[in-house]
Amino acid sequence: MDLRLGVAGPASDVEKAAVDRVLGMPSGGWDGGRRTPEDGHLSRGGRAARSRRHLLLPVLQAVQDRTGWISPAALDYVCTRLTVPPAEAYGVAAFYALLSTEPAPATVVHVCDDLACRLGDGEKLCAELERRLGPPGESGGREARWVRSPCLGRCEQGSAALLQRSGEPAARVSIAPATVAGVEAALHGGAVRVDTTPPVRSDPAGHRLLRRVGVVDPDSLDSYRAHGGYQLLRRALELGPGGVIGQVKTSRLLGRGGAAFPTGAKWEAVAANPVRPHYFVCNADESEPGTFKDRVLLEADPFGVLEALTVAGYATGSERGYLYLRGEYPEAAGRVRQAISQARQRGLLGEGIMGTDFNFEIELRVGAGAYIAGEETALFNSIEGSRPEPRNKPPFPTQAGLFGKPTGVNNVETLANVLEILRIGGDAFAQLGTPDSTGTRLFCVSGRVERPGLYELEFGVTLRGLLDLAGGVRGGRPLAAVLLGGAAGSFVGPPALDIPLTFEGVRSIGASLGSGVVLVLDDTVDGRDLVRRIARFFRDESCGQCVPCRVGTVRQEELLARLASGNPNGSVAAELDLLGQLGQVMRDASICGLGQTAATAIQSAAALGLLGDPEAGRVRP
Amino acid sequence: MSLSFVAPPRRLLTITIDGRTVKVPEGATLLEACRQQGLDTPTLCYLENLAPVNVCRVCVVEVEGARVLVPSCSRKAEEGMVVHTDSERVRASRRSVLELLASSVDLSLAGPEVKRWMNRYRAEPERFGPAAPAAEDDRRDRARPGEHHAPEGQVAATVAQPVKLDNETYIRDYSRCILCYKCVEACGSEAQNTFAIAVAGRGFEARISTEFAVGLPDSACVYCGNCIGVCPTGALMFKSEYDLRQKGRWDEARQTVTTTICPYCGVGCNLELHVQDNEIVKVTSPLDHDITRGHLCVKGRFGYQFVQSRNGGDEGR
Ligand SMILES: Cc1cc2nc3c(=O)[nH]c(=O)nc-3n(C[C@H](O)[C@H](O)[C@H](O)COP(=O)(O)O)c2cc1C
Ligand code: SF4
Ligand code: SF4
Ligand code: SF4
Ligand code: FES
Ligand code: FES
Repeated sequence: MDLRLGVAGPASDVEKAAVDRVLGMPSGGWDGGRRTPEDGHLSRGGRAARSRRHLLLPVLQAVQDRTGWISPAALDYVCTRLTVPPAEAYGVAAFYALLSTEPAPATVVHVCDDLACRLGDGEKLCAELERRLGPPGESGGREARWVRSPCLGRCEQGSAALLQRSGEPAARVSIAPATVAGVEAALHGGAVRVDTTPPVRSDPAGHRLLRRVGVVDPDSLDSYRAHGGYQLLRRALELGPGGVIGQVKTSRLLGRGGAAFPTGAKWEAVAANPVRPHYFVCNADESEPGTFKDRVLLEADPFGVLEALTVAGYATGSERGYLYLRGEYPEAAGRVRQAISQARQRGLLGEGIMGTDFNFEIELRVGAGAYIAGEETALFNSIEGSRPEPRNKPPFPTQAGLFGKPTGVNNVETLANVLEILRIGGDAFAQLGTPDSTGTRLFCVSGRVERPGLYELEFGVTLRGLLDLAGGVRGGRPLAAVLLGGAAGSFVGPPALDIPLTFEGVRSIGASLGSGVVLVLDDTVDGRDLVRRIARFFRDESCGQCVPCRVGTVRQEELLARLASGNPNGSVAAELDLLGQLGQVMRDASICGLGQTAATAIQSAAALGLLGDPEAGRVRP
Repeated sequence: MSLSFVAPPRRLLTITIDGRTVKVPEGATLLEACRQQGLDTPTLCYLENLAPVNVCRVCVVEVEGARVLVPSCSRKAEEGMVVHTDSERVRASRRSVLELLASSVDLSLAGPEVKRWMNRYRAEPERFGPAAPAAEDDRRDRARPGEHHAPEGQVAATVAQPVKLDNETYIRDYSRCILCYKCVEACGSEAQNTFAIAVAGRGFEARISTEFAVGLPDSACVYCGNCIGVCPTGALMFKSEYDLRQKGRWDEARQTVTTTICPYCGVGCNLELHVQDNEIVKVTSPLDHDITRGHLCVKGRFGYQFVQSRNGGDEGR
């Protein structure tokens, strides 16, 4: 590799300091420091520097946070220090929505206009901001800008925003619920507020995963231990890796991240792989529109997540764990960061955990605005410092995952279940719920319902049962439809009310539970508007690697725009037929789950008649 | 002690392709298996001398038991696999992939096989409506990830944009780019190890780019032209070819190809000199050459002006 560096001119001292704070000081002229006499005789860099490529994203974030954008000179300095080709580093920087590769205002406020917020106050808020400040992305002055954002994971509030401010210190703060006054205050450097009370609405008597939420002090390891914390890690260490995996298999736990894969089998495959080292990743990228369950666990019970990840690392023979958190969750990041440091101080991470010979470290990695980075193989690429493009499978992560090594990945909620399995035993866990959906489930209820929020319920409850607990449709209006599973899920109509919300129950009607989203639509909701937002979401979040998804999501959005404006190409029926063909190629030929499900919700909406009557609207014969 | 470069014999696997039982060596891809059967399988992002990136998805086939179709160019054959290359699902996906590409990218200079496939699968890219106007200036290069203007839907978005003319050796016309990643591979670890270009942005705004889209003279490019050699659509083109095309004088029927050996160094790469009207108009190298695998350096690729210098050399300089 023969890098061409230095063309962009020297980085400023401020930029260099931001980079050096992450990477340490350079050792000499070879890696961006002052040239010393020894430099002429000794070359450094090469493989050693390249082995730090995985620090690329953290370094880019540091520059972004300090100066508000990644300048050519700053990128050049980053590349010098890490021996990364500038074109590749630019390709990474230009992927993420929270990084800017052109000069940008110091303050950017991202305002959610996604599904739940459209049904709440979010869209009204955006319209008002547009009226007062001008269109998103272009206005707000040189100091501040507002932009529309996909779901920020505070859907129960019905409106949400995220303040991103660069400088010293930089700030990232959630604003929820978000109001015009709140957003304007954020734009002008005023105080912002976020309601951090966990939005848990189910009966605590039935809580297993949420048992400590709102009970323990999330900032205190002592408080966590006083509530039984770390006793289950001790139990795991007594059981041994094989014993833990045995319990997880007996429990019949299925992954909660969307694909419903058996957790025990995954762990066993990693543990049995002779290639070393092994890694374990906790997927906390939670970006599926309408989902906020993992955020609640991370904000209110961060030690619980760390303990569960440590158990997973132990069972699978992993030496290192990564917790990959979406960049839009600053409050959770703060909690997790300090929880890791407390656990490390007390010897619950590091070498010789609890007096055994088990060593385990956990590293927090923060994303930078990319839904696709939650796809497990894209997540690996993101950690490795490459563009978060999904990899083709096989090989599967248990065979060749992070850094090419056997890797286990689980969703936050999945891991939380593991503690419960250890607490009550795999057999007892398997008795909860139904035979094919064991345990409890976190449901993220939002939209037009009386009591939106997080509900932990034993599997088996029907959609009607859940809606009743949530106080029914807001204002007693008729139910039009429910979006199950988020943007990658499907709309179901009132006839589905008596379906049990189990994996097998929703599968029987061709739907999926996905990440536990239950978004409620009453009869006043404009289905076409929601569906267009979903289409926009996938078009914006596609990584662009494969043709069916890169172009298919564009054509899908265009087609829905034609339907919405009453200007179909040919007839509505012809358009719906074309929509079906687009859906088929995306589902059949896309590389990853994003493209494969980008049409699912839209097709289900069409089937429910939410897109209009195929017989109507014949224009231009 | 003796060294042997002969690979050990490979085990044969038995698979079924379109109802025929066939034997293929272990490690072979389904594409290789299909070609062995003489099946014309469309491919766009695959090239023999590059690692498969499996992104275009035009080569998909149906494997029984798999939930979705699989890319034949990268999927390895497994014992007992039952493969369909012409099922309803395969035809539908190939057709749609070709339609999506042709509706968004200028394929007029892609090889004749692309037209053949479009006919075979009855691709009708016009179904998505008339093409939207081309992007102005460097708008595509500066697209912000995750943001775009909501479409009205009456016109179909394309990647059309101005041609990048920033040096005397070759041009980049990304209106023709299907994002097959071949040039990135050739410039990077698969051949040149220069890494002057990479994919930037995401979604429909994903694009081949230097850092901050600087011109090639400001980038790491060493003008080896290996990216031109692998580009399947004419997006990357010799300046000499581009100029002749602009003047309407490019005429492959009047061209001859002379095979020779590069005179510059001891490696001795094979060169194919394309000559029109007694003038070298471009230089390629055979893909199946076991040392260069089609790749050259700047001297072999562009250092031919001396041959023509008595003409004054005003075309190629
Ligand atoms: C586009 C896309 C986005 C995803 N995002 C997430 C995510 O944010 N969190 C998550 O846990 N899983 C996500 N997944 C699923 C992961 O790929 C993976 O299946 C999951 O983390 C495995 O964990 P589990 O077995 O515990 O469910 C996503 C998948 C796709 C295709
Ligand atoms: S399906 Fe979409 S997100 Fe997934 S790899 Fe293809 S382009 Fe990227
Ligand atoms: S000419 Fe060579 S160095 Fe330049 S971009 Fe193409 S492959 Fe890379
Ligand atoms: S420029 Fe050519 S080789 Fe490069 S990605 Fe585009 S089509 Fe492929
Ligand atoms: S925060 Fe707005 S939809 Fe989730
Ligand atoms: S040729 Fe196989 S995916 Fe492109």
